[in-house]
Amino acid sequence: MSPTLKKVLWHAAMIVVVLITMYPVLQIFSISLRPGDQLYSTSLDLIPEGASLESFRTILFEKPFLRWLGNSLLVALSTAILGVTLASTAAYALSRFRLPGQKGILFAILTTQMFPATMLLLPMYLLMRNLGLVNSLVGVILAYTATALPFCIWTMKGYYDTIPRSLEEAAMIDGMTEVGAFWRVTLPLSAPALVITFLFSFLAGWSEFIVARTLIVSRELNTLPLGLESLATTFQTEWANYAAGSLLVAVPVVALFLGLSKFLVEGLTHGGVKG
Amino acid sequence: MSRRGAIALFLIPSALVMGLIVLWPFVYNLWLSMTNLGLYTIKDGPDFVGFAQYLRLFGEPDLYEYLLRTLIWTGINVVFHVVIGVGLALALNQKFTGRAFYRGLLILPWALPQYIAALSWRGMFNFEYGQINLLLGSIGMDPVPWLSTEVGAFAAALITNIWLGFPFMMVVALGGLQSIPKEMYEAADIDGAGSWWRLRHITIPLLRPVMMPAIVLGTIWTFNNLNVIWLVTNHGEPADSSHILVTYVYKAAFVYYRYGYAAAFGVLIFLILLVLTWMNYRQADKSAYGA
Repeated sequence: MSPTLKKVLWHAAMIVVVLITMYPVLQIFSISLRPGDQLYSTSLDLIPEGASLESFRTILFEKPFLRWLGNSLLVALSTAILGVTLASTAAYALSRFRLPGQKGILFAILTTQMFPATMLLLPMYLLMRNLGLVNSLVGVILAYTATALPFCIWTMKGYYDTIPRSLEEAAMIDGMTEVGAFWRVTLPLSAPALVITFLFSFLAGWSEFIVARTLIVSRELNTLPLGLESLATTFQTEWANYAAGSLLVAVPVVALFLGLSKFLVEGLTHGGVKG
Repeated sequence: MSRRGAIALFLIPSALVMGLIVLWPFVYNLWLSMTNLGLYTIKDGPDFVGFAQYLRLFGEPDLYEYLLRTLIWTGINVVFHVVIGVGLALALNQKFTGRAFYRGLLILPWALPQYIAALSWRGMFNFEYGQINLLLGSIGMDPVPWLSTEVGAFAAALITNIWLGFPFMMVVALGGLQSIPKEMYEAADIDGAGSWWRLRHITIPLLRPVMMPAIVLGTIWTFNNLNVIWLVTNHGEPADSSHILVTYVYKAAFVYYRYGYAAAFGVLIFLILLVLTWMNYRQADKSAYGA
């Protein structure tokens, strides 16, 4: 097979995969263009008759979309920063030190994920009420951080385990402290795992609905998923606006992923590790 | 700072957050499961009923059907998530023009809020107006009654969730591929190893430590995934025949307000998962659990 033909086939295969993945998203796009709030149509055309971008204008300028966006950004970024900080340190301790009950700790972290989340809602609400954190974004951030942490700790630990301890020992012989070696040697080498952890906790806070619905009362504190839901519960669901809003929700995530993926796939400092 | 000090500094914040937000509600739920909290008792406060709610669970005729469906649901989803995710990660790890573009688009199912994606898939499975049947029709096939039959509704939920879940495994695998030293491939090249050999003897074994936590947790999340079945099958339709354990529990709690019963059912689900994971833990390579 000639290299050119191989290239063409490769791209053809990738495009097919991307199209299948994109199809439902394009469908949402198509709904957002429809005039008159139709949810259903028997046409397979992507661009409907009488298509307009009116719904994007409505959602951006006539709805409090920008406030929802601000709240969601605050919540998701705080969750991500808190998640990465807590997980990268806790996982380091679990990876590098022999602790009493080490295996027990890791398994216990895992078991916290086994309880059906909806069953934790009522107790969590009562707890937050006692802490004065109902109807506060701080409460939501804490809840998201706690749900995202187990995965983040496990991922970070798995990655640390692939980095030789000898690198830190060498740094400590050169006079660094344990914390210094962690900060200057191990953390930079763990960029791909840090990106996964950041993205995961960001998304845990970005698109979550049920916990936010339980803890948030004021409309001013609505996050994006709550705000979008409010479009669906008025007398008539505003399908086009709803669809346009959903697509706008995905834009920052894709932008974030594109920005971070350099660190995810290039393993930029990995030259220092000879396995 | 002493070694002890460093350990404390590193571990205590996470332990506090998890203990407060997850462990305490869990204990509280244990208490709830021994009460008769429900629509008629919520005003005067519930009575303590001991293990009565648990005993009722085992008289539930559909319990075993829901459990079996949950196991099938979990197994099929996780296999597809991992195979598609790792496959795409391997493809995207090659050097070719435009790969950042493909990468950005392939993460979209993860970027959309889950409940919006699930509702839009439900629309696509509509018998008359759904694009899936329209597409099938355009290649001369009969429309499939997706949402009105037990098998169809379950298949629709499966397809939706496979679509939703593969980008997560893809991202984890992309990161994991970076932990494999390039020298290993260079050495294999010198020895004249083929690409299949490199995949089996270098890539997959070295990807394991990063993938296994995601797979174990992905299994647990899928087992407990409420949103997709709840939304795609419209609360277990047709006639409550497409439930998995968590959707049934959700209905008991938030449609019928049987809180005490639902709390006990939640504990049962937790115990089932605990036993299954423990059995796997005993058998599997311990590295999968970070030990």
